Amino acid sequence: MSRHVVATAQEIPEGGRKLVTVRGRPIAIFNLKGEYFGMLNRCPHQGGPMCEGLITGLREAKQPGEYLYSRKGEIVRCPWHGWEFDIKTGQSYVDPDKTRIRTYPVEVEAGAAVVNGPYVAETIPVSVEEQYVVVEM
Amino acid sequence: MTALPEGAIDCDIHPSVPSVQALMPYLEDHWREQVVMRGIDELNSISYPLNSPLTCRADWKPAAGRPAADVATVARQALDPFRTSVAIANCLYGVQLLFSEDMGAAFARAVNDWMVKEWLDKEPRLRASIVVPTQNVEMAVDEINRCATDKRFVQVLLLVSGDTPLGRRHHWPIYAACEKHGLAVGIHAGSSYHNPPTPVGWPSYYTEDYVGQAQAFQTQLTSMICEGVFTKFPHLKVVLLESGFTWLPAHLWRLTKYWRGLRMEIPWVDRAPGDIVRSNVRFSLQPVDGPPDQESLLKLFDHMQSDELLLFSTDYPHHQFDGNAALPDGLSPELARKIAIDNPRATYARLMETVG
Repeated sequence: MSRHVVATAQEIPEGGRKLVTVRGRPIAIFNLKGEYFGMLNRCPHQGGPMCEGLITGLREAKQPGEYLYSRKGEIVRCPWHGWEFDIKTGQSYVDPDKTRIRTYPVEVEAGAAVVNGPYVAETIPVSVEEQYVVVEM
Repeated sequence: MTALPEGAIDCDIHPSVPSVQALMPYLEDHWREQVVMRGIDELNSISYPLNSPLTCRADWKPAAGRPAADVATVARQALDPFRTSVAIANCLYGVQLLFSEDMGAAFARAVNDWMVKEWLDKEPRLRASIVVPTQNVEMAVDEINRCATDKRFVQVLLLVSGDTPLGRRHHWPIYAACEKHGLAVGIHAGSSYHNPPTPVGWPSYYTEDYVGQAQAFQTQLTSMICEGVFTKFPHLKVVLLESGFTWLPAHLWRLTKYWRGLRMEIPWVDRAPGDIVRSNVRFSLQPVDGPPDQESLLKLFDHMQSDELLLFSTDYPHHQFDGNAALPDGLSPELARKIAIDNPRATYARLMETVG
């Protein structure tokens, strides 16, 4: 397990996302209200690019005709076939037992800490003044 | 042919109303007089034309008149040869075709009272479905409540093609009444012919009408799942009668595929459609569509992912098989027993109350 600096925090504002590559793997990074989450950019159904998916909320119902809308912005639907996934956990809402997207821990670190590392800054130059998005893989 | 276990429960037989005269004692005065004044001599639907080879097997055909029109004939042809312990009578008569709600309700009452007196009281092996005037949901519920006190009624009979999809909420009082009384909902092939019997318009030939019933069943199953009937009524059992079942796996693959992508549109459907079918929906055995060989049929059973979905039926007097070969070839004795006895018992709550 190593830590990879993939973006500045500013590049991915609240509600935003960015596709990065870590150790050859495409990872979609999402910013939910200042908290960052990483998910493999490949839908387990047929490989759709999750980073391009529609971001929505969770719809549930206790009975027909009801739309309990919660967790706005925390669900991403695959752009190919609309399967819904929890951005925080990778859980699927259509096949929770068998289907899940691999997620990766993401943190924000100060530039000063990143410079001192043990980090692998593969793609971007680092300066001490910035905040950085760090993926653990 | 697979041996049929003794004591099978036949979930779909069709006693006929021999003529409108047979219902006269059970009609109220106004309607009895109307039958005479209007010259009503037939109220049979065109779903089963009298001379169609499907309507009655040749060796069950009477010299004259409608088949399966008296209890002795039905016992001799449909019960004794199959060693049937119980058979559920689904009377197909033109009640649902009428445009008058009042006339539909009057004839439904007459058919149900005729069923009690002329059939259930005379033959202890018979149970029946309640015929309801689907023209008016309140009247249908009244008829269910009126008949439900007789525990020999085990089901409410609906036709697969009516005026609106069966999942729509205005039908729900019928399902509430069924759940309350422990009655199954039986949806049988046939149409009120208020709409074309196919989704693309009126066909020319009987074959088109009959084969097309399978699409109507698929549409109703989809409607009931998507509209959330089984979320609202989790204990409801729906039995598709004379629907065929070979289409089920492919239809569920398709429905599940699109549910996965559009789940958020119907969030009350919180289980895959196949799971809902396995807990709430059953299918009568006959007609077994004609798979080319035994192996294909067994493969189909694998695709159905459950041995609890099929309920034995002869579909008497309709011609679906010859001799006593009501079970298709190649079933294991265990599966034959489930289809013939265990599955019907698990489906019809009232059967267990009235049968030892």
